[in-house]
Amino acid sequence: MTGIEKRWVRVTSCENIPLREGKAVEIVGRRIAIFNLGDSFLAVDNRCLHRGGPLSDGVVSGATVVCPLHAWAFNLTNGEVVNHPESQACLVTFPVRVEQGIIWVEIPSEEPGSVSEPVSCERDRPVRWVLRKPPASANVRPSLP
Amino acid sequence: MEKLVVVGNGMAGTACVEQILKYAEKFDITIFGDETHVNYNRILLSAVLAGEKSSDEIVLNSLEWYQQNEIHLRLGVRITDVDTIARTVTGDDGSVTPYDKLLLATGSSPLIPPIDGVKKQGVYVFRNLDDTRALLDRARTGARAVVIGGGLLGLEAARGLQVQGCEVTVVHLMDTLMERQIDFVGGGYLKAKMECLGVQVLLSRNTTAITGDAHAEGVRFKDGTELPADFVVIAAGIRPNVELARKAGLKVNRGIVVNDFLETSHPDIYAVGECVEHKGICYGLVAPLLEQGKILAASLTGNRAQGYEGTVPAAKLKVMGVEVFSAGDFSDGTPGNDVVRFEDAALGTYKKLIVRDNRLAGVILIGETSDSHRYMDWLRSKTDLREKRRNLLFPDPIADAGLDVAELPHGKTVCGCHGVTKGTIVQAIRDRSLTTLAQLKECTRASTGCGSCTELCLHLLKAVAPQFQEEEKKALCKCIPLSEDQLREVVRSQRLRSVQQVLDIYGNGTGCAVCKPALSYMMDMVWCGRHDEDRSARFINDRVHANIQNDGTFSVVPRIRGGVTSPEELRRIADVAEKYKVRMVKITGSQRIDLLGVQKSDLPAIWADLGMPSGQAYTKGVRMVKTCVGTDFCRFGVQDAIATGVELERRFENLYTPHKLKMGVVGCPRNCAEATVKDIGLVGQEGSWQVVVGGAAGKKVRKGDLLITVESAEEALQAAALFFQYYRENANYLERTYDFVERLGIERVRRETIYAPLAVQQGLRQRLRKSKANSQDAWLEGDLPRHPAQFVQIQPLENVQ
Repeated sequence: MTGIEKRWVRVTSCENIPLREGKAVEIVGRRIAIFNLGDSFLAVDNRCLHRGGPLSDGVVSGATVVCPLHAWAFNLTNGEVVNHPESQACLVTFPVRVEQGIIWVEIPSEEPGSVSEPVSCERDRPVRWVLRKPPASANVRPSLP
Repeated sequence: MEKLVVVGNGMAGTACVEQILKYAEKFDITIFGDETHVNYNRILLSAVLAGEKSSDEIVLNSLEWYQQNEIHLRLGVRITDVDTIARTVTGDDGSVTPYDKLLLATGSSPLIPPIDGVKKQGVYVFRNLDDTRALLDRARTGARAVVIGGGLLGLEAARGLQVQGCEVTVVHLMDTLMERQIDFVGGGYLKAKMECLGVQVLLSRNTTAITGDAHAEGVRFKDGTELPADFVVIAAGIRPNVELARKAGLKVNRGIVVNDFLETSHPDIYAVGECVEHKGICYGLVAPLLEQGKILAASLTGNRAQGYEGTVPAAKLKVMGVEVFSAGDFSDGTPGNDVVRFEDAALGTYKKLIVRDNRLAGVILIGETSDSHRYMDWLRSKTDLREKRRNLLFPDPIADAGLDVAELPHGKTVCGCHGVTKGTIVQAIRDRSLTTLAQLKECTRASTGCGSCTELCLHLLKAVAPQFQEEEKKALCKCIPLSEDQLREVVRSQRLRSVQQVLDIYGNGTGCAVCKPALSYMMDMVWCGRHDEDRSARFINDRVHANIQNDGTFSVVPRIRGGVTSPEELRRIADVAEKYKVRMVKITGSQRIDLLGVQKSDLPAIWADLGMPSGQAYTKGVRMVKTCVGTDFCRFGVQDAIATGVELERRFENLYTPHKLKMGVVGCPRNCAEATVKDIGLVGQEGSWQVVVGGAAGKKVRKGDLLITVESAEEALQAAALFFQYYRENANYLERTYDFVERLGIERVRRETIYAPLAVQQGLRQRLRKSKANSQDAWLEGDLPRHPAQFVQIQPLENVQ
């Protein structure tokens, strides 16, 4: 992934993310979910690989988040899908550091490509290319209570 | 009729008498007990101390039992002398009672180690019901308790006191806990588990004195260090009560010496229980006592068969969440002993088997004791293990499930607490067509004691009952290995007030999206809203009080009680819909209005503009009451459906339930608001109301069952309240009323709600009132958020170009 410039961005104060919860934030057109795991903060792309659900609204247990829409679960440290082995894709993860109570996230300084971008899994998987879903369109039928 | 006098009204003596009665009414029986209580289950005193059982619940033989069997029961009388020539016993009340046969079942007393100051106030023992009550009186939140003794009894006492709110330290002389039952490695596992529960453990501490003047203020150790305490419990072991036997001139070593037929050195005097020494061994556990009683009973009634051959010692620690089982001889130093071991420190599981000459000699199980019965069988029957060698620690996957049961002889005791044999159970299952464990318990009392034979009872049911119904004993999820029933019990008894506490102590520490919401519900229900609410354990809907939609936006449904609204309200709803550019306004199937496509950050403002309470359309809670117009307008209406429906909604609104709960009230049997297919429905008819429960018109269609018919609307509301709270307390999470009612059967639901004893009904009502008082309209959090960022969309601190 050489060639893509990255920079650290000051995002928000630690107190804004409740313990074992996530919060969504938008930086350079990227929707990012930041989670408070108690002993660390982790950041991933905020769109579930399944149907684009807001992962920041998911239930966090350990270092796993479960999408509120259809319960796809992701490992927040490496972006891997936990409960759908058929899925080859991986969430983008972003490095996070905390300085004097402020959360910093490192992101590529360019806007994300609209169609695809390289997604890397740590561990031993090769770099994969993931087709991004378009944002949910307005004519999707809402579900009933 | 021969006179049989029994000295001691404990488990051993009374169990022997029970066996004698089974043979014949051969004796005129008198039982003396120095306690003032009828025979109770001493093993369960720790459960009483931990608040899991009341003292009534551990009674084994009620007064009626003694009366029915024409037994003269003399409570509060201590026998001080036996005249073996005149064949009489003398009580401390001066009474002299003649006997033909004398049974000594004097039990044992707490062993008091040589410690200075044990007579001081604030020093307790833990041996009988009175001791337990004294401890319960003394225990209070924050009190510092020191328990001397890290054996079975000491640990159970410690946990009980800790549950009562005390800060407990166990002080043990040896360098490992329960050294008589488990090895050093197992002791380490046990110590970690006790400490995880919040009980401090100090090992290798020789207590020499109780400090303080008249009242205990702490303990002093041999090395001179001290530990402060508000009270001290001595649980350092037991010693057989042999004074009476010694005075009577019987042969006594550590215990009263008996032969294989429980005969003492004097003809016509017998002894059973903890006071007995058989082949040099004194037993302090329940199974041997029952076995001895049975053999003596047979012998006394002229049915002498095989003599007593000693019992394989087995012990089970009764501390919820700390599973410890030990049996046989576990010393691994002996040449010729093979050790088979499994341990997993992260799981807290430790299993060790000692095999000698291809036979099991001893077993230790910590953390996972479900196989204990299998090992007990191998021990007792000296099973040749050569064939099973590959599957010693983990059961053979293709084993015949019925084999264990088939191998068990009919006369074998299955339930040690109540002395119920396999034969009795099998006969009860056949004769009374039992199909569930609950029925079996009711019928035979098997597995109602310590519960360690539950598995075996289930196997018996499975093998014998043609229509065996497995009860829902499913663990909540893989994060926490307890069923919801058990969880509710531990949450109550261990006073756990937060989801994280439960997960830390009984689960894997992290939980998951399945168990966390379930535990969140349980916390709120058990503590009637006075728990430590942890929003991170709730689904997003319950964090922001709106229903998440497939695009990440939310839907907003205000409460419109009974479906009755007003022009003003409708105008406000319309204004809100326009102001916030709500994507769709929809009338729901529940006589309400849904505003769809709302951003999370707009929620507080929308709620404020609506000025209406939350309709809880997003949660597992009270949804709504659908009504017809009833007597207000309808020409057929015979009851006031609107007023009753609005009142019903008011009474239950804002409360959580195991699954969503929808209600309906109709003013005549035409049932226009479909009350008979609601979770709770009130059906008005001429002069009365029917209350129906467990109806469904969703994934499943089910006509509700009639709970009761009553005259007034108020009575109908009251009956509905009983069912409502009963469902809240007893259903599993995500179990709709229709599954719940079907699982339990409407008869049982009636019996435990509207026909329940008044005290039970009052309990249900009281807890409902308390929950209601601690609840509030969730949308008030719009003004007073739980967390400053609850509804806020975070903006990055710097603008990146």
